[in-house]
Amino acid sequence: MATTAVERAPAYPAEATGIWSWLTTVDHKRIGILYGATAFLCFLLGGIEAVVIRLQLWRPENTLVSAEHFNQLFTMHGTTMIFLGVMPLSAMFFNYIIPLHVGARDVAFPRLNAFSYWVFLSGAILLNLSWFFGAAPNGGWFGYANLTTKQYSPGLNIDFWTVGLQVLGIASLAAAVNFFVTVINLRTKGMRMMYLPMFTWMSFITQILLLLAFPVITVALVFLMIDRSFGTSFFVPSGGGDPVLWQHLFWIFGHPEVYILILPAFGIVSEVLPVFARKPLFGYAAMVFSGAFIAFLGFGVWAHHMFAAGMGPFADAFFSLATMMIAVPTGVKIFNWLGTIWGGQIQYRAPMLFALGMIALFIIGGLSGVMHASPPADLQQTDTYFIVAHFHYVLFGGSIFGLTAGAYYWWPKMFGRMLDERLGKVHFWLMFIGMNLTFFPMHFLGLNGMPRRVYTYTAESNFTFLNQVQTVGALLLVAAFTVFIVNVIRTWRRPADAPADPWNGATLEWSIPSPPQAFNFPELPEVHGRDPLWEEKRRRGGTLPEPRRVSGAGIHMPNPSIRPLITAVGATLVLAGFIGGSHLWVHLLGLAILFYGVYSWVFEPAG
Amino acid sequence: MPDRMVSGRRLFAWAPALAALAFALVACAPEHFPQTTLLPRGDFGRMGDQVFRKTVFWATVVFVLVEGALLFAMWKFRARPGAPEPAQTHGNTLLEIVWTMIPAFILAMIAVPTVRTIFRQAQRPGPEALQVEVIGHQWWWEFRYPALGIVTANELHVPVGRPVNLEMTTADVIHSFWLPQFAGKRDVMPNRHSNLWFTAEVVGNYPAQCVEFCGQQHGRMAYRIVVQPADSFDAWAANFNRPPRTYTDTTVQHDPLLVQGEQLFTQKGCVGCHSMYPALPLAGPNLHHIGSRSHIAAGTLVNTDENLARWIQNPQGWKAGVLMPNLGLTDEETRALVAYLRSQQ
Repeated sequence: MATTAVERAPAYPAEATGIWSWLTTVDHKRIGILYGATAFLCFLLGGIEAVVIRLQLWRPENTLVSAEHFNQLFTMHGTTMIFLGVMPLSAMFFNYIIPLHVGARDVAFPRLNAFSYWVFLSGAILLNLSWFFGAAPNGGWFGYANLTTKQYSPGLNIDFWTVGLQVLGIASLAAAVNFFVTVINLRTKGMRMMYLPMFTWMSFITQILLLLAFPVITVALVFLMIDRSFGTSFFVPSGGGDPVLWQHLFWIFGHPEVYILILPAFGIVSEVLPVFARKPLFGYAAMVFSGAFIAFLGFGVWAHHMFAAGMGPFADAFFSLATMMIAVPTGVKIFNWLGTIWGGQIQYRAPMLFALGMIALFIIGGLSGVMHASPPADLQQTDTYFIVAHFHYVLFGGSIFGLTAGAYYWWPKMFGRMLDERLGKVHFWLMFIGMNLTFFPMHFLGLNGMPRRVYTYTAESNFTFLNQVQTVGALLLVAAFTVFIVNVIRTWRRPADAPADPWNGATLEWSIPSPPQAFNFPELPEVHGRDPLWEEKRRRGGTLPEPRRVSGAGIHMPNPSIRPLITAVGATLVLAGFIGGSHLWVHLLGLAILFYGVYSWVFEPAG
Repeated sequence: MPDRMVSGRRLFAWAPALAALAFALVACAPEHFPQTTLLPRGDFGRMGDQVFRKTVFWATVVFVLVEGALLFAMWKFRARPGAPEPAQTHGNTLLEIVWTMIPAFILAMIAVPTVRTIFRQAQRPGPEALQVEVIGHQWWWEFRYPALGIVTANELHVPVGRPVNLEMTTADVIHSFWLPQFAGKRDVMPNRHSNLWFTAEVVGNYPAQCVEFCGQQHGRMAYRIVVQPADSFDAWAANFNRPPRTYTDTTVQHDPLLVQGEQLFTQKGCVGCHSMYPALPLAGPNLHHIGSRSHIAAGTLVNTDENLARWIQNPQGWKAGVLMPNLGLTDEETRALVAYLRSQQ
């Protein structure tokens, strides 16, 4: 770890501010913050949709929303939480943390990174514009054909969905290429792959999943889109098409997608536990390989979403056994986390509470997952609230708790301010209790016969009490996130005085000021082990001096550019022309902007 | 003494929570839920239930041990002020091998009965089974008994103790047919035939509903499963093969309301979609014997005069998007139609 910097402090240049600087930024840290802010707003939107769903199910035969609106709400809740909430919240950390973890000054392709964000934002806006047309997607997040073909869904609803998801897919693919290359090529001196911090390892695996899974959903979406816009018959039975093909394509993407959502959270927890237990991660190599094994198996289990489709006993048996095998590497992760805190000195700070909560809740989601890996049991459970319980334990208990742990953990690094510890604990307990109150009764509700995606239920069914418990739980979750927002606002008003290393961190990001300067490292660090900062502190007998802000003179950084934004708008418009058929002038306008964007991008000096 | 006071008070503080927990557990008991999957009343369902119970057992064991270990570690290894830096262990190969093997063993305990049951459930019942064709529609179910010449809707009648073999497809989009009390579920797909079989063991009238999202009114696509003693099922089938009750014969004195109802059924165009004849499928649900069904509107309303009037006068109010239009029936016309339909016993 070299820290002999170009020390001309404090005469370092102030960073550009103002809207233009944000529109043209190619700084991975700023793009990370943009991702985070956008994703958190979308997360709140998806949360509001969930609360309306819960209120509609407060009592039998309720008429708070119509059947049509309910279908739009649950479709948009799922689509929003997955594509506009959890994935981009993970992307916030990929952006902010991966370059710091590998010891780089930025990602491999900074302008492509900006392009990813602007395409993501365009996709998010496009999807939600549908509300203003009264035509929010209404076919479920899984969009099963042939319900979603033109004959049965003639409105604009499904068009917004196919186009919106394709736009978001471009963002994900571009970002995945970027982070993949960043991890491969931009590791600093001495940073071997097996020295990478676990968050970056899991994120790296996530990028591979994205690269392999998103082309599949893109193919399916293109088929569906041209079925709808040009009358082809990929999924139209009367034309010889096959709706089951959609199911296979969707889930070949859809199951790896689950690991795209959870692996970054696994990574965050693996960062937080060692720091707050003051012990290195237990079984580092096993953690890496179990993550890779989970990702690999994740491509061989898709049809466990289709046990009720009647694929025959051999397919059922194969996908059942393959699914159960995933429990083995997942178990390895949980046991290694236990091994990490075992014998440690656990400090119950807010990030640690969320990380431990994540483990406790993910165990439940994992166990119910094994239950419906068994087709004879799943034939009763699938498409009931039991499944809703399961994946909320995985995605809320797992991903959201993990991401929240990451937010509390890296907040001082990202914004130079510590989130309030007491409010953080209130947030944790409200969220932990609210989460269990909302989702645990769903196990019983599902096993006792309540299907998913129904806008109401009869009094005879006796589902009322459990639904009311769940709705109360959902309101507690609203309270939990209100506390978080209050915490953020209060923190914002305080001076930015967070130290570089508030938690006694082990990884490189804690060796530089909070927030880091645009160039991250005045001099690229050299790494000799897995916990470089701990080793450095040990070598120097305890603590390190607070790093100083320095002049970045002579450090070569990429130029800001508006071209990624222009290109993103063009690409979005090309696809937006497919909403409601195929509008040539929208395609052409989009193409023109896209062409201008790419052309001017290519000839613009990068830096 | 003060210690005991505190613990007593603590217990008192926990009492409401424990009471709430007990209440919640009672509230979750499957006996209270007519659509529960936890009380299998058929052979196919019991096979699945046995596997399910094995998974619950192992899940509980793992849950208690792992969450217990987590809580223990969280308590035991909490930071103490002034404690030295903990031992910096990096792993333990033997331990890691052991905790890879144990889950693999537990999974085998689930995998073996799973695979065995998959293949047992894939075996079809013999020729003695009652054959029923199930056809999903947006948003109702059609049942055909080819051997008995019966076409009916939204009420699946089966004899107790006799295997039933379902041959299933859909007229439009994918639906999923579910027998929560007897078997499980199976999707119905366009251009495909899927199968499900079961033997019902307990007589009764059970609710069930579509479990694959199939459009606007997926939530109101329910049906009834009526399990009858064999003789009563045979009587139902025999009775079904009679033509509908008709009131056009002017040589007999009929209730004028019934006569008017029958005329309206034709005049208002109901007859265009709804057949009154047992073996004639049309676009809408077959209404033969509608008066003897326990529910109407695809199993979502109890079959009473008031509910039937509400339904035929304003189907879009109860089930927006359904193909059946609001015909603008007057109260008097509605009364006549209800009387006519309810007379079809």
